[in-house]
Amino acid sequence: MNFWIRISDLDRRWIYLLMAVAIILPFFVNITIPIRISPPTQALYTYIDTLSPDSGPILISFDYDPSTQGELTPMAIALLRHAFSKNLHVITMSLYPTGIGIAENITSDIAKEYNKIEGRDYVVMPYAPGYQAVILSIGEDIKNTFATDYYGNRTDTLSCLNGVKNFEQIPIAISISGSSTPYAWITYGYTKYGEKIGVGTTAVSATSYYPYLRTKQVAGMLGGLKGAAEYETLIRKFYHTKGRSMATIGMNSQSMAHIIMIILIILGNISYFAIRKQNKRSA
Amino acid sequence: MRYYKLILYLIFFSFVFLLGIPHLYGDATIRAFDTPNDDGSSITVKWNYTGTGDTFELFRKTVSDTNWQKLKTLPLSKHSYVDDNTVRGVQYQYGIRIKTDTILSEMVISKPVSAKAQFFDTGKTLILVLILGYFAILIYFIGAAKKGKSLFIRKIAGLDALDEAVGRATEMGKPILFIPGISSMSDIATIAAVNILGPVAKKVAEYGTDLLVPNKDPIVASVTQEVVKESYLEAGRPDLFNPNKIWFVTDSQFAYAAAVQGIMVRERPATILLLGYFYAESLLLAETGNSTGAIQIAGTDAVDQLPFFITSCDYTIMGEELYAAGAYLSKEPTLLSSIKAQDYGKIAIFATLLLGLILGLLKSNWLINILTVR
Amino acid sequence: MKRRLPLIIVMLTGIGMIIQYFIPHPVSKAIYKQSIDWVIIISAFYLVLGVGGIFIINYQKIKRRKEGWWLSIITLSALIITALIGIFGGIDNKSVFMDIFMYIQLPMQAAMFSLLAFYIASAAFRSFRARTPEATVLLITATIVMLGRVPIGSLIYRGLPGITEWILSTVSLAAQRGILLGVGLGSIATSMKIILGIERSYLGGGE
Repeated sequence: MNFWIRISDLDRRWIYLLMAVAIILPFFVNITIPIRISPPTQALYTYIDTLSPDSGPILISFDYDPSTQGELTPMAIALLRHAFSKNLHVITMSLYPTGIGIAENITSDIAKEYNKIEGRDYVVMPYAPGYQAVILSIGEDIKNTFATDYYGNRTDTLSCLNGVKNFEQIPIAISISGSSTPYAWITYGYTKYGEKIGVGTTAVSATSYYPYLRTKQVAGMLGGLKGAAEYETLIRKFYHTKGRSMATIGMNSQSMAHIIMIILIILGNISYFAIRKQNKRSA
Repeated sequence: MRYYKLILYLIFFSFVFLLGIPHLYGDATIRAFDTPNDDGSSITVKWNYTGTGDTFELFRKTVSDTNWQKLKTLPLSKHSYVDDNTVRGVQYQYGIRIKTDTILSEMVISKPVSAKAQFFDTGKTLILVLILGYFAILIYFIGAAKKGKSLFIRKIAGLDALDEAVGRATEMGKPILFIPGISSMSDIATIAAVNILGPVAKKVAEYGTDLLVPNKDPIVASVTQEVVKESYLEAGRPDLFNPNKIWFVTDSQFAYAAAVQGIMVRERPATILLLGYFYAESLLLAETGNSTGAIQIAGTDAVDQLPFFITSCDYTIMGEELYAAGAYLSKEPTLLSSIKAQDYGKIAIFATLLLGLILGLLKSNWLINILTVR
Repeated sequence: MKRRLPLIIVMLTGIGMIIQYFIPHPVSKAIYKQSIDWVIIISAFYLVLGVGGIFIINYQKIKRRKEGWWLSIITLSALIITALIGIFGGIDNKSVFMDIFMYIQLPMQAAMFSLLAFYIASAAFRSFRARTPEATVLLITATIVMLGRVPIGSLIYRGLPGITEWILSTVSLAAQRGILLGVGLGSIATSMKIILGIERSYLGGGE
């Protein structure tokens, strides 16, 4: 009985230790578990896959700061690889001041993999404050919102943006975010301008976007590291992309962590019932 | 013999030409009109064509011009085009030709048309009606409240516990930590949090307890400082107000979370109020607060963060209860009336959902068509 | 007047923007475009206000030698040095500024977020107990979703990801919509109260 009381009152630091081991250990074990594609990921992939270089540039907004980059950066990388594999033009930006550095870094790195040139094949926009106003402003005139790109080149001189005025020439805007910025893209981008919106979000926030997926206000969604791993699986299968699939590597750790959590919950419940039974007996 | 072959070729191609031309343009009609509900910057062109061909070629000219200018080549599946490169008030004519590899049909021409700006977007009529309807209900209840009609509002446990929470902190001689979420002032949840801060600060001033308000947004920091100052004045204790206890920490989400966690561990507040909009830091804050043994009241409209607050806090105010909090605490009749208006709005939505469900089962799209905003 | 003027500005701009939404005329559009530009410009002052706030608070802490005053020196030094490096050394991919961002700020913030995994585990262990029938339903649902969201779930039972997707897109969605509808109505009511000047505590409370 003492054992179950001890389990019930387990110091949270033991739980932390157990979690740390469960997360770190799988990185040293090479096991590949097949990944099944969920409908929201498939929807986003299919939409982007139907686009051609004539469809206009796709917009990827890195609406996150360094804290959530472990979960969200693999999504951005997979989306960029997909777009560059299809020779689509890409506009990257961020509604977060600290996200713009990540956007520039990742876009230029992935562009190098595909020999893409800034200004011709892709453009990185600088930070502009006031996120709702920025989305509304892109809906009117993107070159007015961003007079220059991140590197200071005038946007009206960039061939990547030839003929691009506003959302009408941008087939999809994808907001990758752990916060509520995708809501702003839905409210102002979709509702006001009819822009297709894609969402990449942390696992904890993914459930919030299901109502919008059902109503087709969101074209597709990548939910957490699993969503990123699913997208990596799709582009590896159909475009034979190279480079590290960070999300797929992380999947084993996530599987292990979830299993540990379930074991902990089961143990907690057994201890709860054992103690209750004991209390009843003594009463 | 040579001429005979040539004549045969000529007859053959004439036949193809004669057959092809009527087939290519015979059934085509074109219509151009001012795009409705716009700022007068575009003209919509629509055409019907039932024959064969490869592409459409769309042309445009002003009425005074003699030369046609090619606008676009469009696939045969397209039957409309919005020309948004027009000058308001200028009369335009549009023409369409059907093209195959070898043949270009004659042009079918529209009547002259000009782009005009509209003063009301008829596609948004329904939204206007709904806003006015809701507005009318709100005004009615404000009027009723002013006349002294009593408005029943159900109990919200989390808000009723605020008194107990402030009292506990006073008894223990420990501070109260108020976190107004991490969103900006444009967020309704932040405004709601600020509305709760007023009465809380007043009570804190009356009891002489310490109040700490760390902020993640500089504008929210200025507002919370003003609200607390005002409440201390109202309570007759302006001497107790210390502006350094309501401060801006950082704009970075997790740096803010770390700072607040630090405050929780160092200052050991007796009561923690987590009210406003929260993201992933919600559990970090609530769990740390829980570990320090503080009584915690949380409130948010961030649906995905609610489960975390429910597991780690003593009371959780959910969704719209948070918006009602200001009115609930102040008992101000005009503010309470808005909660009543919300209730009637909900009844209307529920009735519409029910009607939609019944019509859906009867395979009727009538309600969907009415409610679709174009 | 101190309070009345902001209230008049709020009412005029609020009602003005509602009316503008229904008018597609170029004049209305021009006002709208101008308003968006103003919002972007005003938003930039957030940063000024924020930096100013940090300076004042930390300067006072150092001046009055309050507890932990030396930490304020580190805060202000970090702020000034990083800003100077960014201004004079550039902010491109190979700059020192970017190195500070990539190798100091990025790992520190990522570490903070990763703590969430530990906190979730501890909270789940403590609170996921089958105390009542409702709690039991919550417990079973959470377990299914947790397994269905990782690849190992489909190894345990092939149908798990499908069941998870159904829970998220049907059961959870219905509950969320209920809350969202309430939130939507509450937002409209609060906005109207602010526009009409009924709700004014955001201005600093009282009269």
